Amino acid sequence: MLTYLFRRLATMVVSMLVISFLIFIIIQLPPGDYLTTYIEELKAQGEVVDPKKVEFLRAQYGLDKSMSEQYFVWVSGLLQGDFGYSFEFNLPVSEVVGDRLWLSMVLNFSTVIFVYLVAFPIGVYSATHQYSWGDHGLTFIGFIGLATPNFLLALILLYFANVWFGTSIGGLMEPRFVDQPWTYDKVMSVLAHLWVPVVVIGTSGTAGMIRRLRANLLDELQKQYVVTARAKGLSEGRLLIKYPMRMALNPFIADIGSLLPQVVSGSVIVSAVMSLPTTGPMLLSALQSQDMYLAGSFLIFLAMLTVVGMFVSDVLLALLDPRIRLEGGLRK
Amino acid sequence: MTDRLPHYVSDAPFDPIAVTQLTREQEKFYMASQWKMMWWRFLRHKLALVAGVILLLSYLSIFVSEVLAPYNLHSRNTDFIYAPPQGIHLIHEGSLRGPFVYPQKYTLNMETLKREYADDRSKPQSIRFFCSGDTYDFWGVFDASFHLMCPPRDGTLFLFGTDRLGRDMFSRLIYGGRISMTVGLLGITISFILGISIGGAAGYFGGWVDSSVQRVIEILRSLPELPLWLALSAALPANWSPIWIYLGITIILGLLDWPGLARAVRSKLLALREEDYAVAARLMGAPPAHIIGRHLLPNFMSHLIASATLSVPSMILGETALSFLGLGLRPPITSLGVLLAEAQNIEAVALYPWLMTPMIPVIIIVLAFNFLGDGLRDAADPYD
Repeated sequence: MLTYLFRRLATMVVSMLVISFLIFIIIQLPPGDYLTTYIEELKAQGEVVDPKKVEFLRAQYGLDKSMSEQYFVWVSGLLQGDFGYSFEFNLPVSEVVGDRLWLSMVLNFSTVIFVYLVAFPIGVYSATHQYSWGDHGLTFIGFIGLATPNFLLALILLYFANVWFGTSIGGLMEPRFVDQPWTYDKVMSVLAHLWVPVVVIGTSGTAGMIRRLRANLLDELQKQYVVTARAKGLSEGRLLIKYPMRMALNPFIADIGSLLPQVVSGSVIVSAVMSLPTTGPMLLSALQSQDMYLAGSFLIFLAMLTVVGMFVSDVLLALLDPRIRLEGGLRK
Repeated sequence: MTDRLPHYVSDAPFDPIAVTQLTREQEKFYMASQWKMMWWRFLRHKLALVAGVILLLSYLSIFVSEVLAPYNLHSRNTDFIYAPPQGIHLIHEGSLRGPFVYPQKYTLNMETLKREYADDRSKPQSIRFFCSGDTYDFWGVFDASFHLMCPPRDGTLFLFGTDRLGRDMFSRLIYGGRISMTVGLLGITISFILGISIGGAAGYFGGWVDSSVQRVIEILRSLPELPLWLALSAALPANWSPIWIYLGITIILGLLDWPGLARAVRSKLLALREEDYAVAARLMGAPPAHIIGRHLLPNFMSHLIASATLSVPSMILGETALSFLGLGLRPPITSLGVLLAEAQNIEAVALYPWLMTPMIPVIIIVLAFNFLGDGLRDAADPYD
């Protein structure tokens, strides 16, 4: 188990390094940098730009160094918790970001829980009642959820949440709690607002999860040991929970690998539409204004969420399933 | 002893292979080619069949969008801004009159400053069919003005209402669908080519090529797609022409999609390259590209097509999301996502819900691709 853990940890570190490199290239891709845009803007406003000041700014932000140097400065900064400097806000990135990272994590985590809570009973029902009206109906609803663009669902639900429940539009809490210290009321307010984005982001992942659980469980249910157990008079409920369900659970946890990137993707666009105080809207504006360090740290953070999530799911799988633990590798 | 059977000998000449001889129908069945069997199997999947027909019709409509749309993409009706959808009626004052619409009357509510439209029930206006309306440039070849359906003379026909510039949503939806659907096809083509060549190389050569490709695939698959798409399309230069942006977006969509396909190709090739016929080809000096393309790929082409079909929807949804956020396609290129960007705020949902109609074709196309892909996947292995 320890060797497995160690090996898995090493791969995670290597992939984070590769990802940081990829992200660095991507944020460097746009022609020009924030400074050139900024200077053009100043010029357009008729202000005189002192070339010395430009040089000074360039040196201060490290934009005069070569690409590889910039990368190393950035990565070593990341490792020390220094996320660089946001040009747009004139503040260190860590200060701009504030609560956003935590709220993002809360949002993504609750969505994953939601997907599991919804997909599990439905998947089991669909498998045990194969080809019944309930099965067809639930599958159909799942497909609709898969096909509807997330952001539109967000808009529609937001509207109805406002009309029916009077939930304030946008944000993750009542306006009066913004920038206030965390209190019980604030947490309650966040919970009251959280359900809309969670449901919206969850819909796309739930359908896939239901399909996979249903397929896995159906495979198990056709096996001979199930017939034997039934012939020996085991009650249906016990039979289901004691044996096939356990087998079908395995891929359920492994699936977090495909679920997490999906959820994180969904949360970015849904937060942008609902202007939630998470990473989504800020990532978008940072990308649009070429605020590269800000955009970069958001991208790194989102990638880290999925990579660490997958690591956790692999470790869980290894704990659950001795076959993986002993072979020291994941068989897909 | 009277009921004893008489001794009987058949006069027909003895034919020892008569039993194994196939009748014409049997022959058709047993000797059917693989593709034919897949087709039979596919026909059994009714939902997939319906989805396939819908997709076929939608893609065929791409060629004649100009004819199908009652208005042009950019024709503005300044008297009808944010007009609600006009219903098609058949019966006027108790008598059948054929399809017609009631003209809309516009008043400005001075209190809320909202434009209000009311049907004028006294003057039904018949919709014209096979008629001449707005002139358009048909595929840059000739000018024409023929439409399947036109607004009544001196009237309007806004089946899905109009937008903030008084443009007909229904016509814009038809034009937008054309762009959105081709984005998906082009994107999947790029991803298909990348997936086959990279996955093919990994599976065929094995060794370090395989393991490095494997690592890259793992990393790419663990990344959330949308933020990367956003970052990449933010990197497209702002001074590019819309058509270049369009190509750029399709390439971006394809660039992140290939790992799934490459993985499928790799695992199949790993198994197949040890087959006798592959070894024989190698011994006869065939180059790897020939062995992969000619001998190995056809074995699982059907699987690849099925999984490619299943990944088109994510591209269409991806383009829609990018354009919706303003980082994808930009006007004058109009896709369904660009249209939906107009419905970005909550006022649109509350006051002008018809701005969200471009969602309908998105849902239909995505669902159809999913069902078709399901059917193809089931049919891909006809020997099961």
